[in-house]
Amino acid sequence: MSQEKKEKKMTLSLPEEELMGSGHRACQGCGAALAMRYALKALGEKTVLCIPACCWSVIDGPFPYSSLDVPIYHCAFETAAVSASGVKAGLEMVGDTETTVVAWAGDGGTFDIGIQALSGAAERNDDILYVCYDNEAYMNTGIQRSSATPYGAWTTTTPVKHFKNRPKKDMEAIMAAHRIPYIATASVGYPEDLFKKVKKAKDIEGTRFLHIYAPCPPGWRSRSEDTVKLSRMVVQNAIFPLYEIEWGEKYTLNIKLREKKPVDDYLRMQGRFRHLTEKEIAYIQEEVNRKWERLLSLMDRSN
Amino acid sequence: MKKEKQAKEIIFKSEKEVPLMPMSVGNMLWNKTGGWRNIRPVIDLENCIQCGICWKFCPDVAISIENERPVVDYVYCKGCGLCAEECPSKCIAMVEEEK
Amino acid sequence: MRKVIMGNHALSYGAMLGRAQVIAAYPITPQTQVVELLSEMCADKILDAKFIKVESEHSAMAACLGASLAGARTFTATSSQGLTLMHELLHWASGGRLPVVMGNINRAMAPGWSIWSDQNDSLSQRDTGWIQFYCSNNQEVLDTVIQAFKVSEKLLIPSMVILDAFTLSHTYEVVDVPKQAKVDKFLPPFKPEITVTPDDPHAFGGLTGPEHYFELRYKLQKDMEKAPALIEETGKEYEKMFGRYLGQVEEHCCDDAELILVTSGTMGSTARVAVDALREEGIKVGNLRIKVFRPFPFEKVRNIFKNAKKVAVIDRNISYGHHGMFFQEVKSAMYGHDHDLPIFGFITGLGGRDITPSTFREIAELSLEKNKPEEEIIWIGVNR
Repeated sequence: MSQEKKEKKMTLSLPEEELMGSGHRACQGCGAALAMRYALKALGEKTVLCIPACCWSVIDGPFPYSSLDVPIYHCAFETAAVSASGVKAGLEMVGDTETTVVAWAGDGGTFDIGIQALSGAAERNDDILYVCYDNEAYMNTGIQRSSATPYGAWTTTTPVKHFKNRPKKDMEAIMAAHRIPYIATASVGYPEDLFKKVKKAKDIEGTRFLHIYAPCPPGWRSRSEDTVKLSRMVVQNAIFPLYEIEWGEKYTLNIKLREKKPVDDYLRMQGRFRHLTEKEIAYIQEEVNRKWERLLSLMDRSN
Repeated sequence: MKKEKQAKEIIFKSEKEVPLMPMSVGNMLWNKTGGWRNIRPVIDLENCIQCGICWKFCPDVAISIENERPVVDYVYCKGCGLCAEECPSKCIAMVEEEK
Repeated sequence: MRKVIMGNHALSYGAMLGRAQVIAAYPITPQTQVVELLSEMCADKILDAKFIKVESEHSAMAACLGASLAGARTFTATSSQGLTLMHELLHWASGGRLPVVMGNINRAMAPGWSIWSDQNDSLSQRDTGWIQFYCSNNQEVLDTVIQAFKVSEKLLIPSMVILDAFTLSHTYEVVDVPKQAKVDKFLPPFKPEITVTPDDPHAFGGLTGPEHYFELRYKLQKDMEKAPALIEETGKEYEKMFGRYLGQVEEHCCDDAELILVTSGTMGSTARVAVDALREEGIKVGNLRIKVFRPFPFEKVRNIFKNAKKVAVIDRNISYGHHGMFFQEVKSAMYGHDHDLPIFGFITGLGGRDITPSTFREIAELSLEKNKPEEEIIWIGVNR
């Protein structure tokens, strides 16, 4: 080792302090674990998490353990948002106005069973940060389709012969319709962007909604080492663009694409899409193009 | 941070020691997830450019920075291979575990 | 101060005097006035509380649970369909040891849509680990809410304060509304030892394996078993300060009664009128009104039945395929204590059908003329 090298300081792009510990029960290459690690770096200790039934209710560890250094309320499946509203109101009444109360739910708990409570909290503009880490199916129960599962995907309830033939629910549009102060998409493939968005959301008052793309290697039939690569590709091919919406009106694109990558490389890396024919992939590409154009027009309109 | 914590299993001798509601009173460090591993990352520090990317992308918080170099904690590394895959200088090899 | 108020407002005043800090509720007939008045009290700053106007009863309870875990005193009110929508979270409240106090207006379950009184909504929640108080007048409603906070917070077990639809919820009565300062002396602020806070981080309610779950439930039952004595003690303390005693049961002419009519809720007041009339005719009947259904007042009931010749239990509810639920409970309380006591089970008044003094006269006469019950259920007032 050269002398010069030894003296070089490492420059980390994120704070070194960890509020998530080792020994947690996430699978190898878990996107949800990365999402939590980055989010906590931005949130800091003054945080309460409300976690409904989802992978994270297992990842954290069983009673009497927890792998996180922040308090968690493991709440009922459909109640993440309103549990957070309740905790926030309770904390304020006992004199704690500082703590950020976060609802931390999977896609099933957000897009499906928890959407009512989420809509209620958003309409009231309750002072909570809602984070959906999206692995695009019910992974904790063994890979069943959710309304966040994309078109074409295999799951155990959308077998290859009857793969999912409906598009993923457009959660950002639904949340935008609530006119809340802040909505953002993020991906574990872009940790610095994710970190920045959590920081930003933390300091906004009212309902903030953050949608984090978080691959699931066992559920997607992808290689554990590809989690980050997939999380970058999905942004670069505009299947999951990174953007923000303020007050339901002002759209900002965070990762601009000079040239949008085609979707097929991304699809080919995941066993859940293995059965798709050229025709179906072409259809997916068309849909992505259409949605991308629509998003660009929303950007234009808000500038 | 992590180093100060202890890996400790909690055993309640009787119901009297069990809290009223199920709540955590310890961390997960007792769960030595290194046993899940089939392949292990081995960092060639000679070629390491100290970029911190391996540290950044570890879902298991199993890479720490010591003396300005990444160090793998094999007690917890699950062997997902993300660090090797993302390393820009390709200095992390995934080596088969002997079992 | 004496005020003429409706039963629903007695709940609101109870919550106000109890200084509820977080209230979350969703409207349902016949509960609406409870939350209307509370939201006014919050808006007028008479009550320093956060009122979360949620989008469902399920969310109402969820919000209360979160707030309670954060260390706030919480209150909500609902009825019937709303209560049963909360069912999952009722287990969450008791299992999480979160002492929420909730008013429930007894209303029959749909279909068909009914807004009238019967007890199937609250009684079908009997195994959720909540203390259940059944009230018979507006004063009792107000007093019970205040005492429920105290009992619940001591045991860390939630409480339901229950009143009949319309016959109590919408009936105006004179109620003594105690002074806030006096109530504050009786009911100290809620200060749980453990709350969800970054200052002392714990994960609450995580995955609990067979090696621990059993002990948690054992402890819940053990604390539930402390409730009868605590309710008596708290009732006496309340009586000392406010002149009104709560307790687990109310007796009327039971000492020498040959037949004891067992009732709950407003039925109890009606039964009392019937008992007095029958007594004037020389018929020795009495009324035992069960105020606390969970935990069931075994000891009280057994003591009161010591000299009774017969018992008739009147249920405004039914467990399909079994009996009325108070009847089941009374019988099980007597098993192993007095096998020979004839206990008659009556079902009447489902879906708000009137229960009048003549209903109790009919029940008394039927019970007195037979040596023991000949039918599993004796139906009163159903057109057959």
